[in-house]
Amino acid sequence: MRISFVRRDHASRPAMLLAPVVAFACAIVASVILFTALGKAPGQALYSLLLEPFLTWYNFSEVLLKMAPLLLIAQGLAIGFRANVFNIGAEGQLIIGAIAASALPVWYPQGDSALMLPAMLVMGAGAGMAWAAIAAMFRTRFNANEILVTLMLSLIAAQVLNYLLLGPWKDPHGFNFPQSVMFPDAALLPILLPGTRVNISLLFALVASVLAYVLMRHRFAGFQLLVGGLAPRAARYAGFSEARAIWLSLLLGGLAAGLAGAAEVAGPLGQLQRSVSLGYGYSAIIVAYLGGLNPLGIVVSAFVMSVIYIGGDNAMVSADLPVAAVWVFQGLLLCFYLAGLTFIRHRVSFSRKALP
Amino acid sequence: MNAVDFILAGMLAAATPMLLAALGEMVVERSGVLNLGLEGMMALGAALGFITTYSTGSHALGFVVAALGGAALSLLFALIVLGFVANQVAAGLAIGILGTGLSSLFGKNFESLTIDGLPKLALPGLSDLPVVGVLFVQDAVVWATAVLALAIWAVMTHSKLGLIIRAVGENPHAARAIGFGVLRVRCGAIAFGGALAGIAGAYASTVYTPLWADGMIAGRGWIALALVVFGTWMTGRVVFGAVLFGALSLGELTTQAAGVNIPSQLLACVPYVVTILMLAVISSNRRRMRLNTIASLGQPFER
Repeated sequence: MRISFVRRDHASRPAMLLAPVVAFACAIVASVILFTALGKAPGQALYSLLLEPFLTWYNFSEVLLKMAPLLLIAQGLAIGFRANVFNIGAEGQLIIGAIAASALPVWYPQGDSALMLPAMLVMGAGAGMAWAAIAAMFRTRFNANEILVTLMLSLIAAQVLNYLLLGPWKDPHGFNFPQSVMFPDAALLPILLPGTRVNISLLFALVASVLAYVLMRHRFAGFQLLVGGLAPRAARYAGFSEARAIWLSLLLGGLAAGLAGAAEVAGPLGQLQRSVSLGYGYSAIIVAYLGGLNPLGIVVSAFVMSVIYIGGDNAMVSADLPVAAVWVFQGLLLCFYLAGLTFIRHRVSFSRKALP
Repeated sequence: MNAVDFILAGMLAAATPMLLAALGEMVVERSGVLNLGLEGMMALGAALGFITTYSTGSHALGFVVAALGGAALSLLFALIVLGFVANQVAAGLAIGILGTGLSSLFGKNFESLTIDGLPKLALPGLSDLPVVGVLFVQDAVVWATAVLALAIWAVMTHSKLGLIIRAVGENPHAARAIGFGVLRVRCGAIAFGGALAGIAGAYASTVYTPLWADGMIAGRGWIALALVVFGTWMTGRVVFGAVLFGALSLGELTTQAAGVNIPSQLLACVPYVVTILMLAVISSNRRRMRLNTIASLGQPFER
């Protein structure tokens, strides 16, 4: 007997909704097997990973805190991914955004101007955009693959951050730790939910989600972007430009990531640190895909991924799992989801003979 | 030892991890598949190779386990992109993240441990030459990589197997029409690329810098991907690019040793900056890129 995929006439809605759920279940099963093989207690790990984030208000608020950068970046990236522009360097754009935003409080640690915070956010978003613009320029002007260029720019950004924190921007009273001075109050984002660390960057992310939805659904620009990426030739005949799709995708992605970076240093961190990004830029890629590159789906997947982040922190303590376990889980999740996506446009067929 | 001697002596070894990975990826891309998971497969190979060599004392066994690990991860990729016809870019990223995560998971208890590398073997006659003689004193893996590069060149350009792989990459439907199993060929190429990436990682962690540190592959998998483009999918040019990069990464060390006052973090950026510039120079000739790019690269194959 031969098992093969046959194209469906119409995309299957049930498969579309089921794919992420089934992928999530499969990723859990696979990680349980893996963690058991490594001699960890899988029950404890799962409890920490999936339940503990919901058990106390503090834990749940931390999920919302993590959700802000993931959601913001993923919405920015999904615009590009839908147009087949693969910006995988959000990590670097976030780091550069965080650096640019930190410049003001590092230079004016006593600053108390009300303009400080808005200026930081603008600088962060602008710097993230500029960093992504390098890739857009190399792609449109020199035809250089944006996947590789954005990734290289991320590696460079990480080194620039190291340089600043080990050298000129290191806190002179910081016991030689690679981190900047603590920011003044004027450089910190207002808290959104009293008693927690959740700040208004969550609102930025939600607004970005609405804007992304409007762009995708109701704007001609969104349509042009889609066609420009998916069918460059058709787009050219219709007078849409591929270069514009590339520029727009990368600039919006960079803007979102840069703003997220600024919000991290002006939010929960309160200073520039080496660990300013815990791989948000890479996780956001997974968030974007798991959300089906759909602005509404991404809100859900960003929430799920934040649960895993916070749960992973808990599991580190309670089940003695390293941070890497979260990456393994995320990688598995995306693998299963991509496999599951096939069932949206294909159905399985069992046939006796090989097809001619 | 002056700077030139130092670079000449070390550049082939420095090039080897990137070269092994790039050669494997070149074959994969020739068959029409883009596997962006190179960095993860190298990291997994590095961790498995180091753990095996550390525990058994055998470098050979380390390389075998690393090759198997890399191949196993690449077969998961093959299952997703060939079996489930998934987006190759996304699947490659997933494999990359998974491999990197697995490497730190497995390597956690081996952090900062060290082992012995491999002895250098001199090629009699050539190693006595003035100036360039140092080029011919290398460890066994470097020699094996040189032979492998020749073999890959010969197979890709002068054998039926190479012709089939290229046919599958250029026009899978035509290749299928004349009776070649497109998926089978691609699956084989992917496994080959995965095994080489695993070996490349193991070389980095057990011979080149014989220690395990989390994140030690440090972008070399991505540079290898860029090398394939730089080499326009041709063996000789990929080798040239890799050696150039090997020399470059040593130039960084010599600059530091010479006491030039540039922060090491900024020097560490040089290979990344050069990668971007090199991609720009090669890719900006759009006509040549279109001639050389594998026609079906990245496109899923459906009957």
